[in-house]
Amino acid sequence: MARKPDLRRFPGFLAVTLLCLFLLYAPLVIVAIYSFNDSPSITLWGGVSLRWYEDVFWGLEADKFKRAAINSLTIAAAAATTATVIATMAATAMLRAGQFRGRSFSFGLISLPLMVPEIVTAVATLIFFSAIGFQTGILSILIAHIVFCIPFAYLPIAARMEGIEDVYEQAAQDLYATKWQAFRLILLPLMTPGIVSGFLLAFIISLDDFIITNFVKGAGVETLPTAIFGAVKQGIKPNIMAISTLLLMVSITFVTLSYFAGRMGQNRKSNPTGET
Amino acid sequence: MAEDQGDIAVDIDHVTKRYGDFTALADVSLAIRSNEFFTLLGPSGCGKTTLLRCIAGFEDITLGAIRLYGDNIVDLPPNKRPVNTVFQQYALFPHMDVTRNVMFGLLRLGQSEAAARKRAGEVLDLVQLTQFADRLPAQLSGGQQQRVALARALAPNPKVLLLDEPLSALDLKLRQAVRLELQQIQQETGITFIFVTHDQEEALTMSDRIAVISDGRLQQIGTARDIYEEPDNKFVADFIGETNLIDVTVAGIDNGQATCTLPGGNHFTCPAAQGAHSGRGHLSVRPERVSLSDPAQGLLTGTVSRLIYLGTDMHVDITLTDGEVVTARVQNSAGTRIPAMGETIGLNFEAGAARLLID
Ligand SMILES: Nc1ncnc2c1ncn2[C@@H]1O[C@H](COP(=O)(O)OP(=O)(O)OP(=O)(O)O)[C@@H](O)[C@H]1O
Ligand SMILES: [Mg+2]
Repeated sequence: MARKPDLRRFPGFLAVTLLCLFLLYAPLVIVAIYSFNDSPSITLWGGVSLRWYEDVFWGLEADKFKRAAINSLTIAAAAATTATVIATMAATAMLRAGQFRGRSFSFGLISLPLMVPEIVTAVATLIFFSAIGFQTGILSILIAHIVFCIPFAYLPIAARMEGIEDVYEQAAQDLYATKWQAFRLILLPLMTPGIVSGFLLAFIISLDDFIITNFVKGAGVETLPTAIFGAVKQGIKPNIMAISTLLLMVSITFVTLSYFAGRMGQNRKSNPTGET
Repeated sequence: MAEDQGDIAVDIDHVTKRYGDFTALADVSLAIRSNEFFTLLGPSGCGKTTLLRCIAGFEDITLGAIRLYGDNIVDLPPNKRPVNTVFQQYALFPHMDVTRNVMFGLLRLGQSEAAARKRAGEVLDLVQLTQFADRLPAQLSGGQQQRVALARALAPNPKVLLLDEPLSALDLKLRQAVRLELQQIQQETGITFIFVTHDQEEALTMSDRIAVISDGRLQQIGTARDIYEEPDNKFVADFIGETNLIDVTVAGIDNGQATCTLPGGNHFTCPAAQGAHSGRGHLSVRPERVSLSDPAQGLLTGTVSRLIYLGTDMHVDITLTDGEVVTARVQNSAGTRIPAMGETIGLNFEAGAARLLID
């Protein structure tokens, strides 16, 4: 067999790699650095300070940001919780109810939102809400978030459940557990890492969402991303960098937690190497 | 023990199991007696696990009935059947320690926490795992996990215990030790064991009775001795130990005795399996029951085509004039005449050592 060409030998490989990394991360790094800038200008460096963080929490716009943050966190918590419950039930039906008609169709349905352009979903959702005469506001945001969070919660949960052989539930039923007890006492605890991971992912997806939220939020209701967008439209002040940096930190924390939760307990298996 | 009829614990009555158009079990009928150590023996893929899963309730049967002490249980879900299983992969709950694993069934049956804990202690004592009571399954060796699986299944005191190749993941030495332990536990508890294996030695040494299965069909039921000494058909004769299958022409069967013509023309009368018929057929003769003699006195004659020296005995292959090969296992004792390669030699066996099989 021919050796695979070593990608690193191509001329300019290093340069392209560095350029990509630079384009990806430079803006984030610059925003993070300039959030500590002690100057009202967004381009001139005036020394290190926390004044823009103070401004975020106690400044003129603090109230607006606080209300938006509370909205965001409430919606994210509620949407992620609901989406996780629905995703867990969906995964159980998909992976534990045996072959049923429309199984692959259902899977397509669950993961479709990942592929539909968000703007399309946003417009469609808005049209849907106005068609049925649904008042836009916090509730409409919540419903829209639940819907697009489901596939994000579903994927880690289903991945985890696929790794759990159904012999454990059979053993439980053999030991006089009802189907529900086998689910609650055996499958659910074994799935916990996947569920936590799915929840965290759904939470951060909801927290970060802008496009759909912007369409369905209605007048006067803001989440953090829409509030930031609103503020930017009136000119970028350094406090936007501070608040963006805070949001970035929250995102990184949640994604990291989600990753570790998904890996948790991976090597807690009791299978001997016997054949099946 | 085997002759004591006793109660029928599990009655498998004309059970057929199909997956689509594949038949995994074809019209299997078996009656397993109370307190019996009963083994299902057969090659991989013959349907042993399928039959156990039908008894445990994880598979619906296509046709037939399964009765537990007289009650048809085919419509009961697994958790309503007073039967416990030791799974082929053990399936210990990874997030529960050993005691919790063993208590699981007891709690589901409504026992109090204290009563369940006490009973778990007793059973762990029985399988000698008391000092591992607080460990998680992942912190145990294969043999220890196997014993936890056994303890967990024994704790609720089931009427019948199903064991699916519980020893297959253990190394040879441990397997032999656990075999004895299992037998002892079966005798102490008096629980009916239905044990699945594809290892004939395991089956022969442990069981009160054995059912040999091949391709989803029951081949023969009997004690280890019955099956080894009186196989019914070619499959059983060949699967259990080694045997010679000798082509014969059967003139007639009278009173269980077949009169046949051996290759070479000698006439011979020996027992016939029930259901064997006249015409062309096969005799099964174990190699250790074949003795060597002068060509003139042999029931069969042939030339020595292979000699394998095995220390305590010798493996001698003799090619008959029609090309068939018969193997003799000759004890390597003081007076034994060791044949030479290429020598023409006679073969003898007693009528009791041969058996006409169902073809
Ligand atoms: N769910 C199923 N769908 C289709 N065929 C199946 C199914 N389960 C088992 N079979 C088939 O039924 C046959 C018997 O399987 P079974 O698991 O009972 O074999 P076994 O005797 O236990 O073998 P082993 O010693 O390898 O465990 C096999 O040919 C298998 O492929
Ligand atoms: Mg099997």
